[in-house]
Amino acid sequence: MRSGKVIKSKIYFGGTWVIAAITLAVLIIIIGFVLVKGLPHISWEFLSQEPSNMGREGGIFSVIIGTLLCTLLAVLIATPIGVAGAVHFNEYAKEGRLVAVIRFFTEILAGIPSIIFGLFGFAFFVVALGMGWSILACGLTLAIMILPTIVRSTEEALKTVPMSYREGSLALGSTKWHTIVAVVLPCCRSGILTGVILGLGRAIGETAAVMLTVGGALNMPTSLMDSTRTMALHLYTLANEGISDEKTYATAALLIILVLLINTAADLISRKAMKDS
Amino acid sequence: MTKRPKMDEELAAINKQVREMTDHIRKDILNAVDAVVHQDAAMAQKIIDQGDEVDDMEKAINSACFHFMATQAPVASDLRYCISVRKMARHLERMGDHCEDIARYAIRMKEADITQELRDIPYIASMASRMAENAIDSFLNQDQELAKKVWKADEEVDEVYRKVFEEEMQMAAQGDNPEICANLAFIAEHLERIADYATNICEETMFVLEGEEFDI
Amino acid sequence: MNTMKKKAFEIRDMDLYYGNFQALKQLNIDIYEKDVTALIGPSGCGKSTFLRSLNRMNDLVKGCRIEGDIRFDGEDIYAKDYDIITLRKNVGMVFQQPNPFPKSIYENIVYGPKIHGVRDKKTLNEIVERTLKEVGLWEEVHDRLHRSALGLSGGQQQRLCIARCLAVEPEVILMDEPTSALDPVATSKIEALIQELKTKYTIVIVTHNMQQAARISDRTAFFLVGEILEVDDTQKIFTNPANKKTEEYISGRFG
Repeated sequence: MRSGKVIKSKIYFGGTWVIAAITLAVLIIIIGFVLVKGLPHISWEFLSQEPSNMGREGGIFSVIIGTLLCTLLAVLIATPIGVAGAVHFNEYAKEGRLVAVIRFFTEILAGIPSIIFGLFGFAFFVVALGMGWSILACGLTLAIMILPTIVRSTEEALKTVPMSYREGSLALGSTKWHTIVAVVLPCCRSGILTGVILGLGRAIGETAAVMLTVGGALNMPTSLMDSTRTMALHLYTLANEGISDEKTYATAALLIILVLLINTAADLISRKAMKDS
Repeated sequence: MTKRPKMDEELAAINKQVREMTDHIRKDILNAVDAVVHQDAAMAQKIIDQGDEVDDMEKAINSACFHFMATQAPVASDLRYCISVRKMARHLERMGDHCEDIARYAIRMKEADITQELRDIPYIASMASRMAENAIDSFLNQDQELAKKVWKADEEVDEVYRKVFEEEMQMAAQGDNPEICANLAFIAEHLERIADYATNICEETMFVLEGEEFDI
Repeated sequence: MNTMKKKAFEIRDMDLYYGNFQALKQLNIDIYEKDVTALIGPSGCGKSTFLRSLNRMNDLVKGCRIEGDIRFDGEDIYAKDYDIITLRKNVGMVFQQPNPFPKSIYENIVYGPKIHGVRDKKTLNEIVERTLKEVGLWEEVHDRLHRSALGLSGGQQQRLCIARCLAVEPEVILMDEPTSALDPVATSKIEALIQELKTKYTIVIVTHNMQQAARISDRTAFFLVGEILEVDDTQKIFTNPANKKTEEYISGRFG
């Protein structure tokens, strides 16, 4: 009886161990595969030169710039709106009917396939507002897409700020607005940052929504109204049209490295925030 | 009203000790008067022998109250009761001392074989012992009316005592046995002191009830 | 003696409702200047609710409605044009759980003065030193003013919160069970501090600790289900209360 239980427990433990090992192995294989195939082709030239001949030759410098511009623009637009929205829901509008409805749509927004955002961005920003394929249209579309993530993580962070901080500030004669700016939001720094970085990660890897709003031009953009190409889109195009295996894997490897760097940064930031408080 | 069972238990224990001590003193007073009136030396000796018991009772009550205050931190009426009980025990102990003194005079008179009419002593004795009884009852039953009655009676006792004392002095001057006169005068004085302590006990009754110091 | 003292607060026929529920009924009480007034009573009796209506913290509670007359320095604090910011500057509050902001010790103290327009660095430094000395924390923390206030012990945090409150120079300090989260040593430090503060400030303190009320207060009000059953000099309340329920409560026999 007893030894039966011990054996059972050992089987369970062994089972979970195997599954964990498989998960890790899959991750390592994917990353390893891409890095092994791509890293040898990453060189200073690849990083610093602009692509030529449809991307068969040259580097991806303008694509890197395009990626940074699109995603940073998205984050710059989505962060203030998302934070302001979360503050409004959590601090001002508390538990009204309207808030419940808006929150419901925010949740739905998070679950919509990205191609739908692309379609909307194309119809609204690119065509209706006449922006054309541009960094601006892409940035706005990506901003809408990552907005729910930022709102949600900011709201979670706001909820963890103890009521006593707010009371302490108000009791000293502070206004509600000053209390939020001076006490509440500083407590949410790491929560907001985590949301922003998650959004950044999502935007950087996005292809479908980008494809329909930014066009895909390979030359160096000179204004926000220019068409450009993000790394994910470049990778998709290279692979889809069989343009260059080498360049495809090099781009993929770079994208993975970038995402890993972003995640590491997010981890370091939240750890530091934990230590501060 | 049993949110503090431990506190109530200790209060009940103190109350029981107080009742035992009052029972003892009631008996002492009656016996002392009897010993004088009936010239009962054996009874008188018994009172003297049991004097230590009264002292021990007072000590026990004092320390019980002390521990009760330290550990239960009583407030309001509990606190007033506790403080009054300590003073009450002191008054009772003093009453006991006077009973012993009266008993000693009873023995002395018996030894000197002085058989003689006691004049006003039985009268003042019955008044003092009734006052003591009433004072004790007023404290145990928290009876304000009874306490007031005791105060009134005290004036009468004082008057009778003054009369007895003057009479005895006169008798001695007129050539009556001076030892007898002195003995009777001293016995009357001790009885008057017992009546005084009875009024003190009534002050404690009023303190427990009203929360203010009374002085009669 | 109390009739000679000036009144900081005058409360007449005060009713407080949460929606349809009446939480406070017909309260009448005067709070005298430079007195320590203790509010006692069983949980849910309304003493904290009452305390919080003195600096209008109840405004934060939805559906809270107050009727009657609450005057601070002779002015109706629930009048339409009464300035709530000034009220809260004059009537400070210390809470049950020490609640320093997750900022440095220095920033915690200058937070209030900065709100009320003090910008001069030298003045701010002086305020920090003065208030920390007032609460007896200066010696302990003067060499780590710019470290996080959350690194202090519970008792130190509470004293910092009192210093933070003093920094805006209030007239009245409301304390909502300020020692209930502290150990006995920290508690006695706060109690000693209250004795010092009462020379300059009016203090109203809610406490569950009856002995604390007896030790530190001049006047005591006993609350029961939303009413003030008895308010009198603390000595009177603890030696000879007029109300039977007060006696039951302070002797721990309530229920």
